[in-house]
Amino acid sequence: MAIRRGRGVAAINYPTGMNLGGDPTQALVHSTPTGNFMVTLSSVDLGQGMKQIMAQICAETIGVPTDRVVVDTADTDTGPHCMGTFASRGTHRAGNAVIQAAREARQVMLEVAAEELEVNASDLETDGQGNILVKGAPQKSISIFDVALSAHFKRGRSISGRGMFLIPRSYPEKETGAMKPSTCYAHACTVAEVEVDDETGEVTVLTVKNVFEIGRALNPKMVEQQLVGGSWMGISHALYETTEPYYPNRDHGGTDFNQYLMPGPGDLAETEIIVLERPSADGPYGAKGPGEMCANPQIPAVANAVFDAVGVRIDTLPITPERILRALKAQAN
Amino acid sequence: MELRKNYFADVRKDDLHEIGQPRPRSDSPGHVTGKTAYFADRNFPGMLHLKMVRSPHHHARIRSIDTSEAERHPGVVRVLTAKDVPHNVYTILILIQIGPEDETVLADGKVRWKGEAVVAVLAETERAAQEAAAKVKVDYEVLPAVFDMEEALKPGAPLVNEYHGQNYYLYDSGECRKVRFGDVEAGFAGADHVLEQSYQSSPIEHAPTETTGCVVAPEGNDRFTCYTNTQAMFFTLDNASIILQMPGSKLHFVGGTVGGGFGGKVDVIVEPIAILGAKLTGRPVSFIYSREEEMQISSPRAAEKVVIKDGVMKDGRIVARKVTGYTDAGAYSRHSPYGAQKGAGHYPGPYTIPNVWIDTYCVYTNRTPSSAMRGFGVTIGDFALEVQMDKLARLIGMDPLEFRFINAYRDGDMKAHRQPTEGAALIECMQEASRAANWPVAEKYMAMSSYRKGA
Repeated sequence: MAIRRGRGVAAINYPTGMNLGGDPTQALVHSTPTGNFMVTLSSVDLGQGMKQIMAQICAETIGVPTDRVVVDTADTDTGPHCMGTFASRGTHRAGNAVIQAAREARQVMLEVAAEELEVNASDLETDGQGNILVKGAPQKSISIFDVALSAHFKRGRSISGRGMFLIPRSYPEKETGAMKPSTCYAHACTVAEVEVDDETGEVTVLTVKNVFEIGRALNPKMVEQQLVGGSWMGISHALYETTEPYYPNRDHGGTDFNQYLMPGPGDLAETEIIVLERPSADGPYGAKGPGEMCANPQIPAVANAVFDAVGVRIDTLPITPERILRALKAQAN
Repeated sequence: MELRKNYFADVRKDDLHEIGQPRPRSDSPGHVTGKTAYFADRNFPGMLHLKMVRSPHHHARIRSIDTSEAERHPGVVRVLTAKDVPHNVYTILILIQIGPEDETVLADGKVRWKGEAVVAVLAETERAAQEAAAKVKVDYEVLPAVFDMEEALKPGAPLVNEYHGQNYYLYDSGECRKVRFGDVEAGFAGADHVLEQSYQSSPIEHAPTETTGCVVAPEGNDRFTCYTNTQAMFFTLDNASIILQMPGSKLHFVGGTVGGGFGGKVDVIVEPIAILGAKLTGRPVSFIYSREEEMQISSPRAAEKVVIKDGVMKDGRIVARKVTGYTDAGAYSRHSPYGAQKGAGHYPGPYTIPNVWIDTYCVYTNRTPSSAMRGFGVTIGDFALEVQMDKLARLIGMDPLEFRFINAYRDGDMKAHRQPTEGAALIECMQEASRAANWPVAEKYMAMSSYRKGA
């Protein structure tokens, strides 16, 4: 009887968005009188930080600092339609809608600035700090604060824009299955290292090294929180979780966090996250949707590592100590 | 976390101001100081609490329901049964023309899974609602139940859902969603080895911090405001409008920060019945799942079975792959027909294989209805595919990582569902993993690229 060590690898891809009804999301953007910007959506922030990332996308597109943008979302009286936050679609779909709306608003803003500066709008650029400058002559400038005041009280212009993401719905061809199920794909490769106690069947995940390709890390800190959380969830899925531990007997399903097994802080592996960025052609600033993908590769990587350690295949999830011990016993016979 | 900017630097501009900056989240201070408002923070004078009477049986006919004792229980204001729900039989994807309507808001004549909602009790306190719910008498005639997908698909199996008429979802392509590419049987015939393996999974729980729920307030102007933690505002509003036969203009949905979704809050379950309760009583209504309901009543990830048959050459090329996927929808569709279809579009994984055959089935059983969860239609498939890849590599005596390089898809490669590969990056992820994990592979693999000239 011994503690045996093994490692396993898995490589995956994951589609962004859904192929249902064109997968639409809309956004509205408008300026306040003093040149702050309001993004109005009906998308839902599940705690992953959607409001923050929509603010950064709007700020980048308009050309102002992020703290000049406020996001109002998840209210059906004010926000235009969004399909919902799922299918790794939130940042990609709503982000595209926000960019389109913000571009329209930016164009009006530049037109008002052009009138104030008596130049052509096409000769203007933003400095990202809240000012509009004449290209090549930055001493000639106007603040976005003053442009917004002018638009509201003098020029009679609404600095606002509308945006929408929609793709043609793809109906799978009946006989061949020809279809376009997604717009872009994120990628991952994970190497997991485990120890398996061949006396108790207990698995300890020592390290998980994840490489994720996500198009563009719009906010690296928020990318990290999502990818680390996903990696933990993958381990939990591989080794612990089931609502029906004695299936097909439906009794004894967990009803609280004491009974429903998940890893505790002491069970979490040393987790490494490496991010690559190959911008997608249709993503907001190249972003893809990694929200779901990040919890997938750990599961087969751990399963393969268990085999590498003790030489038995557990092809049914979760990979419990009981299943490992039964497989070891069968192997010994 | 490390960002490896050396990959794909030729196709990426890194000159942005706000994008790519690790700005602190504007909502974090509210979260960590307890000031963020969640739906359940809404409290209204006179608010009623809704509790469900649930089926104790996996499959049963309802002979009769007697609510008289529950109605007399102190604090009870109203008891709702199927006849109170204007459009009681619904399905959530009907808005985008995916039917048939196959699920009841409150059971009518039959229950199809243990835990199914039968009667809703509205009372002044949670406790009164709970106590009264226990006094509802339902007379059941227990029917044979089926829990296993293969059993459910056999002739003579108990029929789970009469709205479908058979124990699988009928696609326009027939009993399953199909993908056909090349000639899979010719591929097997010419392969050095053929390996067929079967993989299975259990349902799992989304386990969000915040359980599913909503608080509904009548606004006095014939409108109702529904504070909810749904993941999809209009999806829920529009379905509630259909179920309640109430114009959408009468409904105002307010969400906000949700305490974790993971796909568990995309079914339309709590809102319609809570709005109905508010409409019929004229009082605010709170319907919030207990942790037990969240774990055993709300949709889990589907149990799945995946059978993969591969033909592989000694040099490492996979020449044929046949996948049969089964998704256990439980008793009702919810989002599962789409999940099974999504699997059909995902196989054979991120590999270029010339001959592919995919069948994915959405099967009905008397288990808890499953629905969307993080990785919907893909997660279990990836488990099966990547364990199979490991087995194939060992079968031909090849390093598992090198084996994946040989088969990895690259730009321009035609996928089985007939879309050319764009923006591939699997090879680069594996190259970086090789370095990070100190898992060396031959130099020729480290020199590969997802790019192809002209692609």
